[in-house]
Amino acid sequence: MKGYRKYFLNKLLWFLVTLVAAFILNFILPRLMPGDPVAAIVSRLAQGMSNTAGIQAIYEQYAEQFGTNRPMYEQFLLYMRNVFQGDFGFSFSQYPRTVADVIRSSILWTIGLQFPAIIVGWLIGNSLGALAAYRRGSFDKVIMPISIFMSNLPAFGMAVVLLVIFGVSLRWFPTSGGYGFDLIPNFSLKFFWSVFVHYQLPFWSIVLITIGGQAIGMRSMAIYELNADYVKYSRFMGIKDRKIVRYVFRNAMLPQITGLALSVGTMVGGALVAEIIFSYPGLGSTILTAVLGQDYPLISATTLIITIMVLAANFAIEMVYGILDPRIKAAQAD
Amino acid sequence: MKHLLQQISRSGKFVAGFSIFATILLIVLIYPLVVPDPPLEIIGQGTFFEPGIYVNVYDSISAPHYTLNLDEAAEQRIASRFKAEDREAMRGWLVGSGMPESEIDIANTAQLLDQWFANFDPTTRLPGMTNADRNYYIRLNNSIQGLLSTEAAVIAQMNAETAVLEETGTVPQTAYVNVNQVANVRVLPLGTDNFGRDVLTQLVRATGVSLQIGFVAGIIATVIGLALGLVSGYVGGLVDDVIMFITNLFIVIPSFVLLILISFSIGQEQRGAITIAVVIGFTSWVWTARAVRSQVISLRNRDHVNLSKLSGHSIAHIIIRDILPYIASYVIMALILQISSGILAEAGLSILGLGPKTTDVPTLGLMMNWAMIYQAHILGKWWAYFPIIVTIALIAFSMNLMNTGLDQVFNPALRD
Repeated sequence: MKGYRKYFLNKLLWFLVTLVAAFILNFILPRLMPGDPVAAIVSRLAQGMSNTAGIQAIYEQYAEQFGTNRPMYEQFLLYMRNVFQGDFGFSFSQYPRTVADVIRSSILWTIGLQFPAIIVGWLIGNSLGALAAYRRGSFDKVIMPISIFMSNLPAFGMAVVLLVIFGVSLRWFPTSGGYGFDLIPNFSLKFFWSVFVHYQLPFWSIVLITIGGQAIGMRSMAIYELNADYVKYSRFMGIKDRKIVRYVFRNAMLPQITGLALSVGTMVGGALVAEIIFSYPGLGSTILTAVLGQDYPLISATTLIITIMVLAANFAIEMVYGILDPRIKAAQAD
Repeated sequence: MKHLLQQISRSGKFVAGFSIFATILLIVLIYPLVVPDPPLEIIGQGTFFEPGIYVNVYDSISAPHYTLNLDEAAEQRIASRFKAEDREAMRGWLVGSGMPESEIDIANTAQLLDQWFANFDPTTRLPGMTNADRNYYIRLNNSIQGLLSTEAAVIAQMNAETAVLEETGTVPQTAYVNVNQVANVRVLPLGTDNFGRDVLTQLVRATGVSLQIGFVAGIIATVIGLALGLVSGYVGGLVDDVIMFITNLFIVIPSFVLLILISFSIGQEQRGAITIAVVIGFTSWVWTARAVRSQVISLRNRDHVNLSKLSGHSIAHIIIRDILPYIASYVIMALILQISSGILAEAGLSILGLGPKTTDVPTLGLMMNWAMIYQAHILGKWWAYFPIIVTIALIAFSMNLMNTGLDQVFNPALRD
């Protein structure tokens, strides 16, 4: 138990360090860029104004509001304090809504869509990969090329293909939105059904993309394990095939879990773009509206939230890994 | 070296991937020589023209006419000018006038027309029919009669002085022109996009630009990753700790988020294709750095490296002569993957509206972005988005095949 606590604390420390680094990056990257962001905002707001003194007044007002006239470290402390209070300021493009409000209305959609989809995709992909490695033959020959091709399809490509086939041609599922545009969110059966129907296409497009990559990874892992000495030894011992497969699967799964932790960020990135294709009311669409509306506070807050989500997911996966991998307990206990 | 190339050329996967990639590259290089039009030139007045051969109508009147007597010509002409709504409306009338619905087949033009002429009577009023409906049916009947006429179309010219139309010729229904003899014919194999631009020309140029972005991004990422990995792995100690700390940070912080943040901060004006490529390169070196480092660590204490050290060679010499050749195969494979993920990253960014600014060249992501904004997928204009997805998938697929092929050559354990 002591070894496990050490592992846990180690990972927690690392999580906090990356979190601070993410904060700093999110704060500093836009400020490193050439050009004065406040000047850019003011020049857009003051379009058509010829009065220099008026523009100057607007500029100073905004500089005061964003605090860009203060020293860098003070700005950073201010930023940290505000973020911890959940205060991201006002959204430019959806004024008078606050950024926190905009994000609150979209974050649940993204979490509800992406995390189940990635987990389901991971499970199906790994099972298929292990099966392909074990059965080989024609099953392998069919599954592998399909997986390779699917993993090469960009997430938005898969989204568009599914949308056109099942949404536009067959009309089985609606093509856009998170629920029917004629409904107001409430706790009625009708609303839940609408959400469920709208959920299907985005969900399966992310699942299918995830399956491809995971199946390929699991297959090569499992093939490698099947050639390991312990498998041969178990065969000589006359242990049942089924039991051997279980050993192999457990061993091959560990690197796949690490792989999931490391690639969850990339997957979320692709899934955000898929959300846009379906106009799903999540963070992906929020980024799009923020970019189109040149909404600086909203972009900054959304990227920070996504980073925190990915880091948290990562941390959670590391925890699961710690429980599953017996070597960690052994190594840390020494 | 020769032996290695031989082995690689025997790997089916590599050869397949390489041929796909080479074909794409050849098309990108040769097509602009054949069709030198600027890719973003707006040629179509209107959106989403269907793929096909566009023949100038004015020129085809003055082109030599030939008479071909083809049996199905009249039938096909009527069938094509007969709209689905008209057929529906005729069915409505026929059912209303007492004909059983099962006897009517609106897809069968000849039978439908026979039934129509046998039953239609402009004076009958069906129950529930408004006056507007009645007039509609009379108009429909007239236009069907017009379709069935066998007279020639008259070509007339307006006399500039008297403003009277003077007949200059007739076009019988059996007249044909040879497409080769019409002065202006434009082939649009993939139609036009939402702005009326030739999709194929655009697609080929966009593929070229996207490949450039991929190459620049891939090379930058690989060079940074290789340099950091080599230094960190070989030098070790504090340098290793610092580099690994940074690398591990950037592995968990999603690079896509960094890309969004940086691209947005750069601003629309400064975002050229190459700038985007550089940004992608600078945010995607982490995997290469980590993998190179672990390989270097396993090589660091090999005998030949120790021997080199004892002989007093400099660090640079050892890294270049004794370590680099051993990881070269890995670095090439990483480069291939970086190129394809760079192309994907650009496409993702462009769909978010953060793609490169364009004045003269498109990228695959921008084309996709335009198609999505103008709802090509909902409107069923497949030629505006599907070729782009296929192109991106083919590039990624070919790169991946090459990579797997190389992997099997370099790691015999993976061979089937």
